[in-house]
Amino acid sequence: MITKIQEAKVLRTFSKGGVHPAEQKLSADKAIEKAGLPKQVSIPIAQHIGAPSTPVVKKKDQVKAGDVIAQSQGFVSSNIHSSVSGTVAKIDQVIDASGFRKPCAVINVEGDEWADGIDTSADLIRDITLSAEEIRQKVLEAGIVGMGGATFPSHVKLSVPEGKEVDTLIINGVECEPYLTSDHRVMLERAEEMLVGIRILMRALGVEKALIGVEHNKPDAIAHLKNMVEGEEGMEVYGLKVKYPQGGEKQLIQALLDREVPSGGLPLDVGVVVHNVGTALAVYEAVQKNKPLIERVVTVTGKSLAKPANLLVRIGTPVKDLIEAAGGLPEDTGKVVSGGPMMGKALQTLDVPVVKGTSGILVIPEKEAKRTPEMHCIRCSRCVTVCPMGLEPYLLKQLAQQERYEELEEQSVLDCIECGSCSFTCPAHLPLLDYIRLGKSHVNQIIRNRKSK
Amino acid sequence: MTTTVLYTILSLSILGAIMAVILYIVAQKFKVYEDPRIDEVEDALPGANCGGCGYPGCRGFAEAMVKADDISEFNCPVGGNETMKEVARILGQEMEEKDPKVAVVRCNGTPQNRPQTSQYDGPSTCAIEATLYGGETGCHYGCLGKGDCVEVCEFDAIFMNEETGLPYVIDENCTACNACVTACPNDIIELRKRNKKDRKIYVSCVNQDKGALARKVCKVACIGCGKCVKVCPFDAITMENNLAYIDPVKCKLCRKCVEECPTHAILEVGFPPRKKKKEATEKQSAESQDKAKN
Amino acid sequence: MNNKVLTVSPSPHVYENTTVRKLMYGVVIALLPTLAWSVMTFGIGAIIVTLVSVVSCILFEYLIQKFLLKRQPTISDGSALVTGLLLAFNVPANLPVGIIIIGALVSIGIGKMSFGGLGTNPFNPALVGRVFLLISFPAQMTSWPIPKGFNTGYVDAQTGATPLGLLQEKGEATVSQVMESAPSYSDLFYGQMSGSLGEMAGFVLIIGLIILLYLRIISWHIPVSIILSTGIFTGILWLADPTQYADPLFHILTGGLLLGAIFMATDYVSSPMVPKAMWIYGVGIGLLTVIIRVFGSYPEGVSFAILVMNAFVPLLNRYIKPRRFGEEVQDGQ
Repeated sequence: MITKIQEAKVLRTFSKGGVHPAEQKLSADKAIEKAGLPKQVSIPIAQHIGAPSTPVVKKKDQVKAGDVIAQSQGFVSSNIHSSVSGTVAKIDQVIDASGFRKPCAVINVEGDEWADGIDTSADLIRDITLSAEEIRQKVLEAGIVGMGGATFPSHVKLSVPEGKEVDTLIINGVECEPYLTSDHRVMLERAEEMLVGIRILMRALGVEKALIGVEHNKPDAIAHLKNMVEGEEGMEVYGLKVKYPQGGEKQLIQALLDREVPSGGLPLDVGVVVHNVGTALAVYEAVQKNKPLIERVVTVTGKSLAKPANLLVRIGTPVKDLIEAAGGLPEDTGKVVSGGPMMGKALQTLDVPVVKGTSGILVIPEKEAKRTPEMHCIRCSRCVTVCPMGLEPYLLKQLAQQERYEELEEQSVLDCIECGSCSFTCPAHLPLLDYIRLGKSHVNQIIRNRKSK
Repeated sequence: MTTTVLYTILSLSILGAIMAVILYIVAQKFKVYEDPRIDEVEDALPGANCGGCGYPGCRGFAEAMVKADDISEFNCPVGGNETMKEVARILGQEMEEKDPKVAVVRCNGTPQNRPQTSQYDGPSTCAIEATLYGGETGCHYGCLGKGDCVEVCEFDAIFMNEETGLPYVIDENCTACNACVTACPNDIIELRKRNKKDRKIYVSCVNQDKGALARKVCKVACIGCGKCVKVCPFDAITMENNLAYIDPVKCKLCRKCVEECPTHAILEVGFPPRKKKKEATEKQSAESQDKAKN
Repeated sequence: MNNKVLTVSPSPHVYENTTVRKLMYGVVIALLPTLAWSVMTFGIGAIIVTLVSVVSCILFEYLIQKFLLKRQPTISDGSALVTGLLLAFNVPANLPVGIIIIGALVSIGIGKMSFGGLGTNPFNPALVGRVFLLISFPAQMTSWPIPKGFNTGYVDAQTGATPLGLLQEKGEATVSQVMESAPSYSDLFYGQMSGSLGEMAGFVLIIGLIILLYLRIISWHIPVSIILSTGIFTGILWLADPTQYADPLFHILTGGLLLGAIFMATDYVSSPMVPKAMWIYGVGIGLLTVIIRVFGSYPEGVSFAILVMNAFVPLLNRYIKPRRFGEEVQDGQ
């Protein structure tokens, strides 16, 4: 398989659909800067998909950076650590990036003391001494979740269930979302540590092969990584054609290995596990440096922002601090998005804290913030053409609007990855994805009811 | 010439006869027996096909009732007691009288009371806005104001007031069919017992935030202080999740709680004006009433 | 800075810069070379017919939306303009003005607005108008002016038969005898033949196709499948008996086949959504065209073929689905 890919001269990409949004990587050449410590952080108790964690601190407790403040509950769950040292002010309901109030530990920052046992030096430790099981335990304790935005607990993805076989680890350095550059900078500046992280992931999974997929709009990162993996056994770097949503797991696996994850299945079903480059770095820090996931690289960007930047930010820092660090909120701001412009969530207030899955903060000017009035569908079939999952968005929207949920299920609405390509391309500006998402949640509800019966 | 005519008539007659026989056989073979009472019951129903009973249309409802042994659990909210009595007569059963109900919108978050904190820009339906975030104001429980309830109402009994951004129920038109209750993603609308002269006393708030936060996001929010619970002589008010609830059956419309509520979250509707002492309170409710009538 | 009221909307937050209007004007741009060429071959008549058709289509759309449907008129989206142009391209360049106006009324009123306007019409509106005119005014609709370069003559222009017309009326003669009086291939390609305003010159239509594909307005499936299938079906007949049947190239270059394949069958609203269905649709049009041309009583059948296949589009959309990602598990090993 590998040799076949090596022989292929053309850049690989996924086969179905896809769109080409303007790249707008404004902060691509900005080195990662350490953001200043905030005065107060609010750390959501649940920052991952799965069971929420239970808080183990209370008001007036003293904490250090790296202390556990919420314990994971169950297998699909994750620890939450304090990202700063200081006093717990309260456990309160704070609006987070999801748009709803969620329980958060609000901590007043005092100094910057780290918990014992955390190696804060910059020395690179290459030797991996832990066994696969110990690595999983470390990843679980460090509270590492998928940092591409889905925030699925990483230790779960490292435990291969009985009967499944994994032969390849894929490292997702695609960053197909416009504007975002945090993964790009990590690949350029932290490549050595990241590669050790990949080695650790490979050991935990027991695989011999790791493929790093990077889109071709980051030639410096591809060249740098290709240089670095020379002599590293089993690691390969691939430049990919620029096409959104290449960073989607299923799309990336197809682009690199030509394997199709079956409908409703997981990458595991085709022998693959996908991790983000940020996750690989976090795993390195957790395993080699004993450092839990309490800070991450966040791209702060936007056309009218004075200084777009890539900041190393403590989890729980309010978004407004980051925007301040990037030159302040521009006058013409209309919308602030957490994440990329295609799949990110619009924020309703700037007090929202940075969480483990925040890859970027995007400030959109007023004139681009509003939607264009919708027209009637002219059946141009553009949405069908661009759908990377081979669905018919125009039809799904119609069925969702008419509440025909059974037909919606038949039309594989649950395969939708909510990449937004259909809404992006629709010349009539129909809210396709909005209704599909609504339909999806109804269909999920119906399926849950069916199961519980 | 005559033979042509003759042959034509003859062949057509034979053809017709054969067809008639075939049609008769088919009709006999595929005959579906239907309880004649279904038609009778359907005729007795209002025929609005509103779905308020939980069945797809009046026909479906009639079929279900004819099939069931006991129809006491069934109710046609539109036709009310008279219709159900008629149905019971057709099916030879007894029907207990049920209290007539009316839809009540439990939110008074006008732009003045509940300042806007963000602006929603997407499909104009509450369903989508509710999945996206908590709404355009700080209150994540209240009315989203996109009018899904108005959209589903078959009886023109609910309308959106442009100025307040809230829906209002026209009591005379409301049949308590439950459509708006299910359409509202925030469960703001409740079916409450219909009192004499359409008088109502209810907590016009569904916010479950703690008092301080609730008061911050909306001036007329229930802050869960519990004063109403203490003052109520009939034990009709309960407090759960920082939110008071007045039991419509136990409530005797004494209006004591209305005076007591510090945020005017409890509204009285349809009462004659009070003496001047409580002018403020009265003004509040009168205002909302005026708006409703607009 | 916290007092700013931010806009909140579901993702995505950026959009491609396409609008219905841009797509429609893209089609207009693709039609311009053909229009220019028609004016050069047929003279002032082409200008009059096109102007009357376009103006009346836009006017009827405006009047119907404003006064009958009481809606906000949407004539600025350019769809009426496209319908007007296409209707003009499908009639002779010397058609009396009154007939064109009737055609425009049928196109917009019956073909489009009676179904609910743009996006809901099952048939191509311009073709509905054209076929209505063809059946109602057969004499005027089939007296094609002879191309003689730019001139100012209009209704009194000399008329002649189309190449397909010659073929239809050949009687006992063989094809090669007919071919002697028919225009050469290069004449067909450059539009030196009698025919409707916009259907004669192959090369300008192909320029239009290239523009459409370059602007990503249509996909290649429909035009290619129609041209290919027409070529194959006529090729089979031609190989079977070259004395009775004309060769494939003749069939592709004559009549409205290219105009139909490139501009009429690809109309968004009345064509299928999925490539697989587009192939079926295209081959269906090709087959029906050949059948009508060779065995039917009309010399030309593209319009009928497209209208018939239009009727199948809802069925195709319902039953022909794109291949879903991960539908059948591929062997990735």
